[in-house]
Amino acid sequence: MASQVDGLYFFLVAVSAFFTLLIFLLVLFFAVKYRHTAHPKSEQIEGSLPLELTWTLIPLGISMIFFAWGALIFFQEARPPRGAMEVYAVGKQWMWKFEHETGQREISQLHIPVGRDIKMIMSSQDTIHSFFVPAFRIKQDVLPGRFTSTWFHPTKVGTYHLFCAEYCGTEHSGMIGEVVVMEPTAYQAWLANGGAVGTMAANGKELFTQLGCATCHRPDTQGRGPNLVGVFGKPVQLEDGRTVMADENYVRESILNPQAKVVAGFKPIMPTFQGQVTEESLGALVSYVKSLAQPQQKAEGGAPPAAANQSN
Amino acid sequence: MATSDIEIAEHALQHHFADMDQQKESSTFGMWLFLVTEIMFFGGLFCAYLIYRSTYYPAFVAGSQTMNIWLGATNTAVLICSSLSMALGVRCAQTSKTKMMVVLLLITIVFGFAFLGIKAVEYHEHWTNHQFPGPNFQFEGAEAAGVSPQNIQIYFSLYWAMTGLHALHMVIGIGLVTWIVIAGWRGAYSPDYYSPVENVGLYWHFVDLVWIYLFPLLYLISKKHGG
Amino acid sequence: MATAVQTTVETQNYLNNGYDLKSWLLTKDHKRIAVLYLLSITGMFFVGGFFAMLIRLELLTPAGDLVSSDTYNKLFTMHGITMVFFFLIPSVPAVLGNFLVPLMVGAKDLAFPRINLLSWYLYIIGAMFALVSMVMGGVDTGWTFYTPFSTTYSNTHVVGTALGIFITGFSSIFTGLNFIVTIHRMRAPGLTWTRLPLFCWSNYAASLIMVLGTPVIAITILLVALERLFHIGVFNPALGGDPLLFQHLFWFYSHPAVYIMILPGMGVISEIVTCFSRKRVFGYEFVALASIAIAVLGFLVWAHHMFVAGISVYAALVFSLLSYLVAIPSAVKIFNWTATLYKGSIRYDTPMLYAFGFIGLFTIGGLTGVFLASIGVDVHVTDTYFVVAHFHYVMVGGMVLAYMGGLHFWWPKMTGRMYPEGWAKLSALLVFVGFNLTFFPQFILGYMGMPRRYHAYPPEFQVLNVLSTAGASVLALGYVLPMIYFVWSLRYGKLAGPNPWNAVGLEWMTPSPPPTQNFEETPVVTWEAYDYEHQPDEEVPVGH
Repeated sequence: MASQVDGLYFFLVAVSAFFTLLIFLLVLFFAVKYRHTAHPKSEQIEGSLPLELTWTLIPLGISMIFFAWGALIFFQEARPPRGAMEVYAVGKQWMWKFEHETGQREISQLHIPVGRDIKMIMSSQDTIHSFFVPAFRIKQDVLPGRFTSTWFHPTKVGTYHLFCAEYCGTEHSGMIGEVVVMEPTAYQAWLANGGAVGTMAANGKELFTQLGCATCHRPDTQGRGPNLVGVFGKPVQLEDGRTVMADENYVRESILNPQAKVVAGFKPIMPTFQGQVTEESLGALVSYVKSLAQPQQKAEGGAPPAAANQSN
Repeated sequence: MATSDIEIAEHALQHHFADMDQQKESSTFGMWLFLVTEIMFFGGLFCAYLIYRSTYYPAFVAGSQTMNIWLGATNTAVLICSSLSMALGVRCAQTSKTKMMVVLLLITIVFGFAFLGIKAVEYHEHWTNHQFPGPNFQFEGAEAAGVSPQNIQIYFSLYWAMTGLHALHMVIGIGLVTWIVIAGWRGAYSPDYYSPVENVGLYWHFVDLVWIYLFPLLYLISKKHGG
Repeated sequence: MATAVQTTVETQNYLNNGYDLKSWLLTKDHKRIAVLYLLSITGMFFVGGFFAMLIRLELLTPAGDLVSSDTYNKLFTMHGITMVFFFLIPSVPAVLGNFLVPLMVGAKDLAFPRINLLSWYLYIIGAMFALVSMVMGGVDTGWTFYTPFSTTYSNTHVVGTALGIFITGFSSIFTGLNFIVTIHRMRAPGLTWTRLPLFCWSNYAASLIMVLGTPVIAITILLVALERLFHIGVFNPALGGDPLLFQHLFWFYSHPAVYIMILPGMGVISEIVTCFSRKRVFGYEFVALASIAIAVLGFLVWAHHMFVAGISVYAALVFSLLSYLVAIPSAVKIFNWTATLYKGSIRYDTPMLYAFGFIGLFTIGGLTGVFLASIGVDVHVTDTYFVVAHFHYVMVGGMVLAYMGGLHFWWPKMTGRMYPEGWAKLSALLVFVGFNLTFFPQFILGYMGMPRRYHAYPPEFQVLNVLSTAGASVLALGYVLPMIYFVWSLRYGKLAGPNPWNAVGLEWMTPSPPPTQNFEETPVVTWEAYDYEHQPDEEVPVGH
């Protein structure tokens, strides 16, 4: 992905350099050749429609190539592949808090294995931040009140800069960190040493019980709230007739602003948990709800994503 | 009025214009352009309103049900009448009926104050009911209605901002009409020179029109209304 | 169209028509108002430049060791606010436009002289609000005021600055309104739209944007102030408000704003290139229409500032496509100006040097905008120094160079004096060299990943930062010298006649400086724009 961005970038550099040089040289050439001492009488030329069309349509055509190429890259950037390893991130003034699905937490340092698709699911605790890893050529703003996501596929072991790229106050330039890309075996070793206190999904399940969610969201049709098993990643029919996709933001909104989207056939009685859950808790709850949609994995003590052929 | 209509016009002709026609066309064009900027100014608020109403419809319904439709409708009628008296006043300026013009413009001012008075009553009620966004915001019955109180605050933010901005424009409008009344009383206008009256009229009609949009958008969101 | 030959500045002109303060502060003369603006925005330019100097000094070293983080954040914020709202947006329209538009259309003044004066007072009041806020501790939100930082988390003088910008916005609106009505209604007999100088077309297009776009930022910045003061919170996520709504409303104006900044500058370039090539611009209609196209298309591309902000994929694609479209008319203009040089008779006076610089640097700036329009690349370089370099290339390499060129071109008209050509050429060269040295390295820094608004940075970025700061000192010298020699010229500059450049245009057919009423008699225009074919070779007395 990064190399594709570079490909387009340097193509842009080449075309720009060409046109810049063209203009520079033409201006220089005309300025010298037609200087008034050498060319005292100017020739009045009104214009030329063919020329105007040419230098309108050719830049337009080249632009469309840039657009299409950039769009293709962007489509890929906007669609994390299935089976990507997910890492939750919370940006706050002025640090990054990462949590792996397997439960490891890190501050401003992110350990990931080489050769895997990695999907970041991010939100902010306060202002807008932006998750920027120049080496991967990716950047995504991290917002309060919503999850945003980005993905990348590291191909080289190493340590790379992580920057916050959206101004967020005093220590904006201090909100930096590292992405440490490791060999798979080294990564497993790191995970084992990790000091994780249960997977995110397991933590989420605990919260689900603690906060009372389980009383209404029973794993059957008797609950006052919808059964959440198998919900994540599928369309949901709402009371007002709309159909929405049950993604991370849907789950988040349902917890914080439940009246916004009420499932068809249910009453709008769910209370809001705004102020009662932190960003990290939201991540854990989302992770738990996701796990309910993965039939072969148990939510409790779920194995860390081992091979790359995990299916959703 | 000792001065003749022509003399009034000549006196009013500004030195950089070739003739009265050019001045009148320019000043009217200028006022229309200014009103376009006002549309863009209110437009930002209307844009925010449209987006949040579609996102938080139940909260907007709940908020709007605290509005007093009768007061709002009365205000709408008041403003429409004021636009009528304003338009008639412009017509009088155009036809040299100075005394009638002054009377009609004074009626317009009275209507303007009536509007502001009724608005003040409404504001007072909302204020005492803690329906102002911020740390003191209260809205009973939010949970019962199944609405998040935070989202109702957004409705009220827009309510206060939009009607407040409108009220400010009303105050400015009353000031402008007062100026026209005084100048008109002193014989400044004639059939050859009445563009200030006409332009203030345009401004007044615009402010009226903004209210005609605000009323249904803020007061009449849902048929299920408690009054 | 007969007036006496202008041989001294002692005859009655707009400058000596009353010397007391009241005659200046209560003037309705568009020329005096232009001079008032000239003094005010020059002052603001050096305020903004002072902040820039501190920024570049800080960035000499990777560590944040010159000023504290909070101070640095205030510096780049105030540099941006001062330069954008109080220098760039007013510069050509309020100074050169105010002075020249009535002259160029053959009118005695703008349509609404009192509103013109009001414009200036609104500018001053707005600037006072902003300056007082800066002196009392400053503001640190970035000139973009993104929420919720500006509404909730910043502890600085946001409201005062926001109100200052709000008030100054009305200055801009009224200027635009004045220009539109003047150009529509007050053209001299015979001056059809297709005979208008392109400076008028450009200012007209910019005025359309001023009038339609500025009110939107006015309401947006007002909402930010209200949110801070009264918790009227439409941008507050804790209430379910949307920080992206702020960005959409903000950029809906602030993108067209950049065309408010550049279009008048392009108008200046058209005037200079034609005069110093002694020929009509190539493709007049295309250049004129390109200005309108830029103004219209400029309203359709705002979310290209938000590609990584969290907008939908489809929205991003639409805005990317439209952003490419808006680049085309600018390219057309560049090609037309270049073609104007072909078979011209070219002189290298200072205004023309600035025009050459503009053509080259605006090309680079504009092409790097094309990089940013391509979403795949934008994801990498947005919010980095690449963007900073891009907009400085178009704003400084483009706009400021055009402004300087225009100042030099019309200085003799405005003051009746010539500036010293040798020093002026030297300054132009210093500006060109200093500018490129300052900002070209920033493209590389951005691609390498150095984010914007960083007080401290990783050491591998230092060399390019040092180059940039070195360039900035050269650039600064290039700005200071004209200050000195322009002031010097007021007393000691060679006296200028009505048309020292032998240019075509109504403004050159009246004495330098012009009398208060501009023309003795309203001119009647019977010639096409840029009629250099029939322009005699020597400077002739006015009224031939």
